[in-house]
Amino acid sequence: MPPRIRRLAVPLLTASLIAMATAACGSGGGGGGGGASDTAAKPGEKIKLTVGLFGDFGFKPLYEEYKKTHPNIEIAEAVTQFNDHHNNLVKRLATNAGAADIEAVEVGYISTFTAQPTKFHDLKQFGLDKRQSDYLDWKWQQGLGKQGGQLLGLGTDVGGLAMCYRKDLFEKAGLPTDRTKVAALWPTWEQYIETGKKFATANVAGAKFVDSPGEIFRAMVNQAPTGLYDPQDNIIVGSNPAVKQAWDLSNQLTSEKLTAKLAAFSPPWNTGFAKGAFATIICPAWMTGYIQEQAKDASGKWDIATVPGGSGNSGGSHLMIPKQSKHPKEAAELIDFLTSKENQAKVFKEEGTFPSIPALYDDPSIQNFTKPFFGDAPIGKIYSEAAKALKPQHLGPKEAEVRVVIGDGLGRVEQGKQTPDEAWAQVLEDVKKIK
Amino acid sequence: MSSLPLAVPRRRRRSVRHTLDVRVSPYAYVAPFFLLFCAFGLFPLIYTAWVSLHDWTLLSDEHTFVGAKNFGTLLADGYFWNATFNTLSIGVLSTAPQLLLAIWLAHLLNRRLRFQTLFRVSLLLPNVTSVVAVVVIFSQLFGRDFGVINWVLSWFGAGSVDWAAGTASSHIALSVMIMWRWTGYNALIFLAAMQAVPRELYEAATLDGASNFTQLRRITIPMIRPTIIFVVIVSTIGAMQIIAEPLLFGASSGAGGGAASGGPDRQYQTLALFVYEQGFTKFDFGYASAASWLMFLAVVLVAGVNFLITRRVKGGLV
Repeated sequence: MPPRIRRLAVPLLTASLIAMATAACGSGGGGGGGGASDTAAKPGEKIKLTVGLFGDFGFKPLYEEYKKTHPNIEIAEAVTQFNDHHNNLVKRLATNAGAADIEAVEVGYISTFTAQPTKFHDLKQFGLDKRQSDYLDWKWQQGLGKQGGQLLGLGTDVGGLAMCYRKDLFEKAGLPTDRTKVAALWPTWEQYIETGKKFATANVAGAKFVDSPGEIFRAMVNQAPTGLYDPQDNIIVGSNPAVKQAWDLSNQLTSEKLTAKLAAFSPPWNTGFAKGAFATIICPAWMTGYIQEQAKDASGKWDIATVPGGSGNSGGSHLMIPKQSKHPKEAAELIDFLTSKENQAKVFKEEGTFPSIPALYDDPSIQNFTKPFFGDAPIGKIYSEAAKALKPQHLGPKEAEVRVVIGDGLGRVEQGKQTPDEAWAQVLEDVKKIK
Repeated sequence: MSSLPLAVPRRRRRSVRHTLDVRVSPYAYVAPFFLLFCAFGLFPLIYTAWVSLHDWTLLSDEHTFVGAKNFGTLLADGYFWNATFNTLSIGVLSTAPQLLLAIWLAHLLNRRLRFQTLFRVSLLLPNVTSVVAVVVIFSQLFGRDFGVINWVLSWFGAGSVDWAAGTASSHIALSVMIMWRWTGYNALIFLAAMQAVPRELYEAATLDGASNFTQLRRITIPMIRPTIIFVVIVSTIGAMQIIAEPLLFGASSGAGGGAASGGPDRQYQTLALFVYEQGFTKFDFGYASAASWLMFLAVVLVAGVNFLITRRVKGGLV
């Protein structure tokens, strides 16, 4: 061996030896993992199911109940923040590792995932298509694969709209506090803004009329027959007059100085609940649970009226089983249980998330359900009416991303960085970049 | 067992083993680092370059080769340049005062003090605190409605500042968080270097009547020049890669905006956060990879420029 080659050969040899050694270790570990994955539910064996959620779905008491009838099942819940949850799910599907057996997907993201039917189990193979007759038709449709019509997700709740308001703040501002009279103040969004102006002139210390325009915008768009996407999945933000109208009205809230400038789901927003920093907030059914959580001391101060501008849906989720789940059959059984008629009714009474099963809407136990926290408001009745009147809207694959872009635009106006027109122009530019 | 004919080969064998040991062992000792570096440093670097030449999104399994298109789009993307500006601005605002403060602190501690160890340990405390805790707490301090800083400012008749909303104010807020975490750490490095400076120099200077500040300027700083260069380079690289602070600031300040857009006007979106936004919220890996490569080049460039400047400036003082 000539010396030069030898000089090279020695380190190369060393490196490859070590590489082989590590590779051997690696494959050893992999072999072990392969063995473990081979678990086709033997009788009497413990099976651990993981459930990935964003926020509290109110499932915990249901798990306990389920375990009583299924002693071999263990359930572990992992809760992450809304955005992180969905972003992580995309990553975990792409890398084919790390996803839970059951993953919750919010309606803003549902089309992103139903466009990838190969990444999820078709729930039809576990017989869950029997549930179709239970569901609101549009909720059922949202869970179907974009190509092929596989059943990828089963609905949990729907977010029929209402408007929550603080009675004590309304009283201070000299506005009516009775929920029917309050509802009569704002059949339309224009009248809602007029009410806001009255509230503002009363100068209630430390309180604005509304938290921020973001969620109001979302609600207004959701009330329109078409929203951010047309049925062919084209983004129509620039050409849909309903979107522009919602934009203008939202910015009017800002220009009239009616907002507390508290972005939804931020810590200062949470503090705002506790401090009573805003008098009204758009209230999809799931929001009632959130308010109760954040404004613990404000029991009896909040009440619920109908929403301006007619019915609409905001939020709601589906449960899906990623292909990588090792126990799809058991997971499907658990989904069937968690979304059953009885259990959706139970979750509503605890957490406020409203069922997607129309047979419940006329059920006396729902119709007559009231909550002391909201001044004994008949929330069962309010949300049943809202859900019955719902007109479904087509949602596109990048729904959530488009919403962020528009939310940023509203934020720029709210922070006084741009005029509404400048912000709108930038929104349209940003929307174009969404692939 | 041992017979003469065998003895020679065995001795030769031993010498082969010996040479092998001498020649190979050192490589074996350093190999773990290089293997890990290849796996977690070099490979991602090269693979990122490869990805950056593709239309590559996490949502689809097809990756089409597009050449330098991503780089072209990037150079024309106003948000990319906005992020570059923010990074440099936050970098300067945090690094420059931080290093001056660190030298001053080290100088103060570089003398006989009571409770010396206590002071030195407490310098490091902010650095061992989790960045999440730091940002969450500082976001509350910098809160618009109920923040302590606005409360203090109001004593002097200043109106309440919406720290997260403004460009300059948000950069200041973020710089304060960065300085909080890193000043003490850098001060300790300076202190270690200062202790290697011979005492006689200071004694002689004191005899000549040089003031404390003159001693710092004329003796300490020139003597610890290599350490200063090192700290400047490391801090610069760190500052160019700031991501956790703006990301968490956005989430906990209530200014609104998407999770990674750095405020609705992208007023405090740094380069690393821009890469994160493209890659992990929009899943556009091709574009994000191109951005990280440009960011890598920018880091090298800025670190290089800083190296030249620090060398030049301090050199003039000796």
